[in-house]
Amino acid sequence: MEAWQDRKQAILVVDRAHLVEIARFTRDDEQFNFLADLTAVDWPKREKRFDVVLNLYSFPKNERLRLKVWAADGEPVPTVSHVWPTANWLEREAYDMFGIVFEGHPNLTRILLPDGWQGFPLRKDYDILTQDTAWIRENLGIESGQ
Amino acid sequence: MTDFLNSGFRKTDLNSDANIEQNVETTVLGADEIIINMGPQHPSTHGVLRVKLKLDGEKVVDSECIIGYLHRGVEKIAEHRTYQQFAPYVDRMDYVAAVSNGLGYCEAIEKLLGVEAPPRARVIRTILTELQRIASHLVWLGTHALDIGALTPIFYCFREREEILKIFEKYCGARLTTHAFRIGGLQYEAYDELEKDTERFCNDFEHKVDEYETLLTSNRIWLGRTKGIGVISGEQAIAIGATGPVIRASGIQWDIRKAAPYAAYDQYKFDIPTGKNGDTYDRYMVRMEEMRQSTRICLQAIQNIPTGPIMARVGKVLKPPPGEVYHAIEAPKGELGYYVVSDGTTQPYRVRIRPPSFVNLQAFDTMVKGHLVADVVAIIGTLDIVLGEVDR
Repeated sequence: MEAWQDRKQAILVVDRAHLVEIARFTRDDEQFNFLADLTAVDWPKREKRFDVVLNLYSFPKNERLRLKVWAADGEPVPTVSHVWPTANWLEREAYDMFGIVFEGHPNLTRILLPDGWQGFPLRKDYDILTQDTAWIRENLGIESGQ
Repeated sequence: MTDFLNSGFRKTDLNSDANIEQNVETTVLGADEIIINMGPQHPSTHGVLRVKLKLDGEKVVDSECIIGYLHRGVEKIAEHRTYQQFAPYVDRMDYVAAVSNGLGYCEAIEKLLGVEAPPRARVIRTILTELQRIASHLVWLGTHALDIGALTPIFYCFREREEILKIFEKYCGARLTTHAFRIGGLQYEAYDELEKDTERFCNDFEHKVDEYETLLTSNRIWLGRTKGIGVISGEQAIAIGATGPVIRASGIQWDIRKAAPYAAYDQYKFDIPTGKNGDTYDRYMVRMEEMRQSTRICLQAIQNIPTGPIMARVGKVLKPPPGEVYHAIEAPKGELGYYVVSDGTTQPYRVRIRPPSFVNLQAFDTMVKGHLVADVVAIIGTLDIVLGEVDR
């Protein structure tokens, strides 16, 4: 576990294996009853490339807290959708965009992109032209549309 | 006759003609569950929302929202633009409240840079954002009433919204996707009659809200269509992550303008309206009162606009120090959060937008269960979603 402040906002890095336990503790004992946001950040050069970021808010205390979990590519992260039901769609979005698998999620399918989409767009190694070039080659029979 | 009943409807034991006579009523009413598809091209889904409804007769047993038809990859675009270049893109998310989106983004980057907009800029930002809140609620009111069957209000609402858009047009030249604010303050000085225009509009508008209320508030059809429809309790609303008027109508008095004041909201007096029952009617009442409170804020703000610069000292090239920030504002639809990560270059490393509509839409399944198909339309309207923001 690691904790620091950035621009006066509290950040706490927690172990992947203990995420659900800590989530329950922060919700029930520390009163962070509102999950404002769940997302991810990709750092491809790091050994554990993904930050899964949970932005929490406490109604009784009027405080915010950010939980972070580090995960390598292909490592499942335990779902918090049964702790904060908000996480249901937010985890689906993180899966859709980054390919992070949330273990125990009730319905982990793509949410914004079509089901047959190839790749995970918000990964840093996903080139914005890949999809375009592939489509152009297949449908127009030319090398590139650029 | 027997074949016909067995093929299309729920299986019943039909052995003899006498049974047919007895069973005909139950057979026809107890039809099998069917799945119908609503949208994405449907006038009352306010864009391209597609809802799959599982129906038992006219009753909704289960529902599933299918979104993403308007996905443009805004967060990916952000990683390929500089901080300033990305600012106009955020206006295209919630396109009926572009000013609020811009305010959230500019303030998030200012926090990341460690600068603060000058007082004059902050007051002008507050005035324009509150006018935008009224405009956004007017679009909601007009379309929501139209969906339910009240055809008149939309004409009144768009008449008043036009006045607000005229103020925006005079201020920055644009009406819809305004890009009114810049990182560090404002690009344009307030035009000469901004105070006068705002005052005239706000003074008139209070009577206009009363006028809308005479059409709807105690209208028997309106009451019948909204009371007890789409109920969500306070605990449920917190659990599902709902914000804005949705959570306030469920009795939770929470508004980021009060909880963590930004812009110049700490200087003004206003109330946070709340409801009790968390139904469609309460959400309607909350939004109506919010419009009145917004005029109250605007009228206080124009009394005393500080003089001085409108732009903080920020360079032409923005290079925020490495780090991250989460900044949330109270957009007309709820908590609009920006989570921005900087790696010290001129382009954001990651911009995450926490859209209020996306999270509020998650409450749809809870709200719609057990209601009739006709109420689905009312519930989509009361959530006040904008698909540009849901799909980004």
